[in-house]
Amino acid sequence: MVSVAVGLYGPAYVRGFEHGRDSLTALGGFAGLFLSGMLLVVLADDAFLFMVAWEVMSLSSYFLVAFQHENAANRRAAFLYLLMAHIGGLAILLGYGVLASFGGGFAFEAMRAAPLTPGWASVAFVLAFIGFGMKAGLVPLHAWLPEAHPAAPSHISALMSGVMLKVAVYGFIRFVFDLLGEVQWQWGVAVLAIGSVSALTGVLAALLQTDLKRLLAYSSVENLGIIFIGLGLALVFLGTGHAPLGTLAFVAALYHVLNHALFKGLLFLGAGAILHSTHERDLEQMGGLLRRMPWTGLFFLIGCIAIAALPPFNGFVSEWLTFQAALQTWQLESGVLRSLIPIVSAVLALTGALVAATFVKVYGVAFLGQARSRHVRHARQVPFGMRAGQGWLAGLCLLFGVLPTAVISVIDGVPRQLLGAGLPQAAAHGWLWLTPVSPATASYSAPLVVVLLAVLTALALWSLRRGAVRRVRRCDAWDCGFAPPTARMQYTATAFAQPIRQVFGLLFHIEESVGRREDGAPRYQLSIGDRSWDLFYAPVMRAVESASRRVVRLQSGNVRVYLGWTLATLVLLLWIIS
Amino acid sequence: MTAVAWGAALLQALLYAALAPLLVGWIRKVKARLQNRRGAPVLQPYRDLRKLLVKEARVAHTASPLFRAAPYIVFVTTWLAASTVPLVAVSLPTAAIADIIVLVGLLALARFFLALAGMDVGTAFGGMGASREMLVSALAEPAMLMAVFTLAMSAHSTNLASVIDYQLGAFALRPSFLFALGGLILVAIAETGRIPVDNPATHLELTMIHEAMLLEYSGRHLALMEWAAQLKLLLYGALIANIFFPWGIGQSFTPADLGIGLAAVFLKLLALGAALAIGETVLAKMRLFRAPAFLNLALLLALLGLLSHVILEVGA
Repeated sequence: MVSVAVGLYGPAYVRGFEHGRDSLTALGGFAGLFLSGMLLVVLADDAFLFMVAWEVMSLSSYFLVAFQHENAANRRAAFLYLLMAHIGGLAILLGYGVLASFGGGFAFEAMRAAPLTPGWASVAFVLAFIGFGMKAGLVPLHAWLPEAHPAAPSHISALMSGVMLKVAVYGFIRFVFDLLGEVQWQWGVAVLAIGSVSALTGVLAALLQTDLKRLLAYSSVENLGIIFIGLGLALVFLGTGHAPLGTLAFVAALYHVLNHALFKGLLFLGAGAILHSTHERDLEQMGGLLRRMPWTGLFFLIGCIAIAALPPFNGFVSEWLTFQAALQTWQLESGVLRSLIPIVSAVLALTGALVAATFVKVYGVAFLGQARSRHVRHARQVPFGMRAGQGWLAGLCLLFGVLPTAVISVIDGVPRQLLGAGLPQAAAHGWLWLTPVSPATASYSAPLVVVLLAVLTALALWSLRRGAVRRVRRCDAWDCGFAPPTARMQYTATAFAQPIRQVFGLLFHIEESVGRREDGAPRYQLSIGDRSWDLFYAPVMRAVESASRRVVRLQSGNVRVYLGWTLATLVLLLWIIS
Repeated sequence: MTAVAWGAALLQALLYAALAPLLVGWIRKVKARLQNRRGAPVLQPYRDLRKLLVKEARVAHTASPLFRAAPYIVFVTTWLAASTVPLVAVSLPTAAIADIIVLVGLLALARFFLALAGMDVGTAFGGMGASREMLVSALAEPAMLMAVFTLAMSAHSTNLASVIDYQLGAFALRPSFLFALGGLILVAIAETGRIPVDNPATHLELTMIHEAMLLEYSGRHLALMEWAAQLKLLLYGALIANIFFPWGIGQSFTPADLGIGLAAVFLKLLALGAALAIGETVLAKMRLFRAPAFLNLALLLALLGLLSHVILEVGA
């Protein structure tokens, strides 16, 4: 229990003392409530306290989202968030209800001992998956996330994305891996499918955004998808009786939980720093920030490399572990599973590559090139506290990437407690070597990679910067001999994403128009909609509406009819009881 | 023993850097002969590199520090990636530091900085190149991973040395390997910017991908970028040659074995280079939006390889 709390709470604690920096006094109360709500969720030992803390977390974060309530869009986002949080909360409550009725009590101890039939266990699983998945922002229940996260102040966005989503993951793990008892591999398949869909649609949606914070929010959907892919693999392996492999996938998922908290927190703080000094969230207005804000630029670059799962940073390690787990599918007996998991890993690979494209776009457009607006041209360095917060997280990103064996030995307590076995072989060959299965199967030495990169770079620098050729002359950009480029001639974020938009356009609702040709000043307009609204929410909304229209018929306004209904209900209840 | 092994690894890394321009020179020569030209000497790429290294570097006013750091990062990362791929001998210690997935990751890191460098000066061509490069790589990377996963699953290891050992030990014509080979060749063509995806010889602004990102580079920075691209070509060549046709590669560090290994890989690369040159002469460059279809074919082949492995070969 405590180890889970420590594992999940490390980053929250970090963020806890950071968020004091640009906080407004009114914010403090709810932020504190929010934090303590999350803390209580993790510490809860029975379903009752869990649900109360869960609601405290949801409600206080509602007020944080609605903080800048003068803006109608923020109010709408906050309401959507509240609505979805309650539907999710209801599903979780029902899930606990199933467990409690079998176990005869709300304490986790009683639930753990509950003798569930497989059918009821599956019902409880589905309810928990819907409830926690909604909070975690899994597709198609993610609609609130890209609305609510950008609306909150930046450090709260960092907390929500970095920690609150992880609390949902914690809840899911606690419910499925701990309380439900025997897991079934079919659940794993469902989690894998939803996780893959989330990862892919999340990253594609992120790639198409031009609002920095919205982009980061969509990227959270993607990362949670990756985490759930790991958990799904773990469920599949555990359900088919391959406990060591299940542990490996589980550790990979937990590692990614930590990593995502670190780099997404870092990126949201970076976005907050940009917002602070330029009042801009729109990528199309940024540019050249690296030279105006070098420290933020450096830390943001680290965050981008880490989230793009590139070595030697932390995102790579968890993705590597997930791949290693997926590669062990040959041990499974079922041919269907053996061919399903490779497809999932193909999705994971595609996701990784698209994340790299997304963050090349973000960094290239925001920090490189020339400023696209006046505010941005005069951006200034943010205060020391904000830089320190980012630097701390950036350092942790590097540390978690370079010393995976140490991190895994910390995480290891969680599977040892929940699954009864850890992953001792990961660090069995010294801290230099990460060997999740065995050294013959796969090994990765992050410290040596870093050392070799550093040595070779130093060598290249030393050998090339000697002598007469050291000089570098500044001149205008060549650009194939055209006139010196202006800021408006740069590639924009929309232009950068255009090829990929064209390739994957079918997944989105895209409207594009250029105006008429005879127009003096044609304007290019582009709107990108989320298909999940058409495919999922609109039918649900219609169903709810038509159901309520039927219920409305009861409301005739006539007192006698109401009395008749009351009488009928009473008679019915008496009949049921007797 | 370990000292010898590390020595051999170092030697091999140097060999990569030394041989990379030669392969490019050879391909250009064959291509020229096929086009009835005499072509530049095979050693011309070395002269180009030397010329660029002693020239003064010019950097645009609008460039940030990242622009000047990127060539070093790109070159070093590609070089490190290359040194993990067995060239003349199998059981090198560098292969244990980084397996196939790390290799793909390192190449992605190099590409990340290459694309950022393309966007740095703020010219339209740089952004265009970066955008297209990321499109191509986003589609090529999954195909590459699927192809190497096919091998990794057969060998039960993602370690390149183990994969090659496995191939040497139990060589058989497997359908999955044929699919993987097809997929990997298509990926290699796309990733190294060869026809029909990109044309390394073009400076026609609207069609270039890789060259567009390098437009603003000059002097030693350009030399490093070019050298990195040559290294990448050699890396893919060695990967295909040594995984799918592993014969002759040195299995110990005796001079005789290393010599045979060197000769074998030399011949294999000559053949692969000639095949690439013939392919580039026969084919025309595709429109950019045909490239996704090309890469989807690669992904499909690689996935078929993986599926045929898990369905046909694991149970059997």
